[in-house]
Amino acid sequence: MEIRPILATLHKHKLTAILLTLQVAFTCAIVCNVAFMIIHRAQRVSIRTGIAENQLSVIRVEGTRQGANPQAQHAEDLGALRAIPGVESVVATDGSLPLSQNSSFYGVCPTQQALERAMQVQSLGAACVQPGVYVGSPGLIATLGLDLVDGRDFRADEFVQDDDPPVAIISQALAQRLYPGQNPLGKELYTGAKNPIRVIGVVKTLLAARLRTPGTDDYTMIYPQLPGGRMSALVYYVLRSAPQDRERVLKAARATLLKVDPSRIVGKGQTYSQIRARYFQRDTTMIGLLIASALGLLFVTALGITGLANFWVQQRTRSIGIRRALGATRGNILHYFQTENFLIVTGGVVLGVVLAIGLNLLLMKHYELPRLPLWYLPIGAVVLWLLGQLAVLSPALRASNVPPVVATRSV
Amino acid sequence: MFGYYIDLAWRSLKRTPVLTALMVLAIGLGIGASMTMITVLHVMTEDPLPGRSAHLYVPHLDPLPVTYQQPENAPEPNDSLTWPDAMALLRAHRATRQAAMAGGTLLVTPQRANLQPFDINGRYATSDFFAMFGVPFMAGSGWTAGDDVTHAHVVVLAESLARKLFGDANPVGQTVELGNNGSAPNEFRVIGVTRDWAPRPMFYEDSAGKPYSDADEFFLPLTASIDLKLDFNGNFMGWGRGSGESWRTSPRISWLQFWVQLDTPEQVKAYHQFLVDYSAEQKALGRFQRPATNAKLYSMMGWLAHENLVPDDVRLQFWLAIGFLGVAMLNIVALLLAKFLRRSSEISVRRAMGARKRDIFVQFGIESALIGVAGGLLGLGIAQIGLWSIRQRPDDYAHLASMDPSMLIGTVLLAIVASVLAGLLPAWRACRVPPALQLKTL
Repeated sequence: MEIRPILATLHKHKLTAILLTLQVAFTCAIVCNVAFMIIHRAQRVSIRTGIAENQLSVIRVEGTRQGANPQAQHAEDLGALRAIPGVESVVATDGSLPLSQNSSFYGVCPTQQALERAMQVQSLGAACVQPGVYVGSPGLIATLGLDLVDGRDFRADEFVQDDDPPVAIISQALAQRLYPGQNPLGKELYTGAKNPIRVIGVVKTLLAARLRTPGTDDYTMIYPQLPGGRMSALVYYVLRSAPQDRERVLKAARATLLKVDPSRIVGKGQTYSQIRARYFQRDTTMIGLLIASALGLLFVTALGITGLANFWVQQRTRSIGIRRALGATRGNILHYFQTENFLIVTGGVVLGVVLAIGLNLLLMKHYELPRLPLWYLPIGAVVLWLLGQLAVLSPALRASNVPPVVATRSV
Repeated sequence: MFGYYIDLAWRSLKRTPVLTALMVLAIGLGIGASMTMITVLHVMTEDPLPGRSAHLYVPHLDPLPVTYQQPENAPEPNDSLTWPDAMALLRAHRATRQAAMAGGTLLVTPQRANLQPFDINGRYATSDFFAMFGVPFMAGSGWTAGDDVTHAHVVVLAESLARKLFGDANPVGQTVELGNNGSAPNEFRVIGVTRDWAPRPMFYEDSAGKPYSDADEFFLPLTASIDLKLDFNGNFMGWGRGSGESWRTSPRISWLQFWVQLDTPEQVKAYHQFLVDYSAEQKALGRFQRPATNAKLYSMMGWLAHENLVPDDVRLQFWLAIGFLGVAMLNIVALLLAKFLRRSSEISVRRAMGARKRDIFVQFGIESALIGVAGGLLGLGIAQIGLWSIRQRPDDYAHLASMDPSMLIGTVLLAIVASVLAGLLPAWRACRVPPALQLKTL
């Protein structure tokens, strides 16, 4: 395919060709970055919590009677809730679950010395971390469906109410961070409490209640601590049931709790899936918007290419006729327009790649986005070439169908 | 002449219905997307107290130790004040008005037999709160500085809560039982009822609140809340070692918001100097460690910017929409250029008949504007759909997303301006077509 005549034609239509090139360039820059943002968010949204997500429901209860004994109340509630058909197990917690945003983070050090140093400079320093902490009544590990990979579960006599817990179960990520390369079982956690807390078990994955910094979101501990201590009036019951029973179980749980003591404020309850969806709700909105805007941009650009190609075909009908009369095949004409489009899009893509990197730098500066991986750029280029070829196909076909006889007519 | 140009434009657009529809669709999508986001930003960055906000300021002290490291994604402790600092600023009385405040959630035990106890949100504040923010009263009034000193158990209710508790009876003079959950309630005397009043955003909340949907249902003296150890629902952030005192009055725990009213630029300057002097004094006493010049005075709008109420996502969506509009405009420029230049022969005939360049320019400008008007109307529809879909989201600000008249007019104007701008270059190119050359080939 001879491209010199094409270049000559494009030179004649400089302005339009430049505009189209610019449009392709902007689209390429924006779509590359948008695609990157979509993938980035999708990864965030698909993070694993380590619990049996689709089998859990949570209901919040707030007592209003003064001087009630919380432990007796919880025992009575738990008994009543277990009796609901379809409920496999129930525990009382303080409302903190992965991605629930209801969080406590405590500073923890692997040694006494590290703790003292941290106290001195009033910051965690390099040795200590701030993991998320979960508490609950006996059966917490099993109800949440956590995978205990090492050590044992809590014994009933290890549960405390207001005191510091004697033992803890920690996540694998935290174990590796605090005691790299060692066996975490029997190691001690220094939190500033009177006695250090002994590690008796390790769970595979357990995500914190809020995502803070990537890489530390899996630093979590579980204490054998009963709710109803300092925050006496509030308790959250976590129920485990088959996924299809969740709504029904929640309804029944609410009725049951009000029957046990009607003077309380009992929430409607939520399935864990709803809690998770709420946490990522902004991200899912954003993913939807990003996809819509990327498609919209590509659509508008394809429109521009088709519209312009149509005009050019109409404009050059006569010269196409002359070329056909001089022996050009339909294929030649088709290829001519396809090549022309390819040249314009290539120009746009070259400029677009530069713009995409510039735009990414801007976004990194203002919106804490990571650097755009370079392999997005060739993919973006290929997408735009394909889009251009698709958009130009129908006008090019129409051009190739121009009969040679047109050349003999005046306008 | 103008009517004739409209007619010409209409004919020309009708000749290429598909292309015209595509152009209108492109500009409509661009305008719809950008107006949706502009509207959201507009409602989120509105002045919460028009007329008063220009005189409201936030003192910002820095009592943190030099070694304090700010943990990621945590609120900054020095965005609130400690009790001793708040009381010192209050006693110094250097501003026209000043008030310390904090949010709280209490359990109210209604005396009406058919009502269960329920939770209400409100504010613990000092007496200047009402006058400084211009809270509108329906009955009674706020409390006095004397009530602050005597820790009086008085309460001001919002209209809707007063109606819920007392029906149509006059609430002023009645008693309300308020308290923490799980402890004995305390009796408070109702001394005033305000209209339901919730500035948007709720500028005096700390970062734990939802500034676009929260509303205060009661107000009571801060001193009384300290006495009764009433629960508080904002961020309280400590540093250094505690020494066993109650956290509420600790010099190392910040939890109070503080606002001052300063009426003149001189006052603002003097107050800022006062904050620096106060910090220097505290540093000399060994309580503060950081430079005294860290003390700042934020204006209301400056404070809202510092609090970063507009989520990054919303800003990103705004820029995305603007980018989209830009590409749509480029698209239209290219299409109009091709369309106008194809009519070179028509242009030359008109020029030969005596039309001036200017006439040609106006004629094509009107054609672009027509596309703009159509695109604007379509964009208006698309923006309404966009705003409706935002209102369905559970975000804090979502329910505010709707257009006011100025936004409606703005949308159509933006569309016309955008498409006329897009038509300028093609129209200018078209009117420079040399007539003779074109006539020869006819």
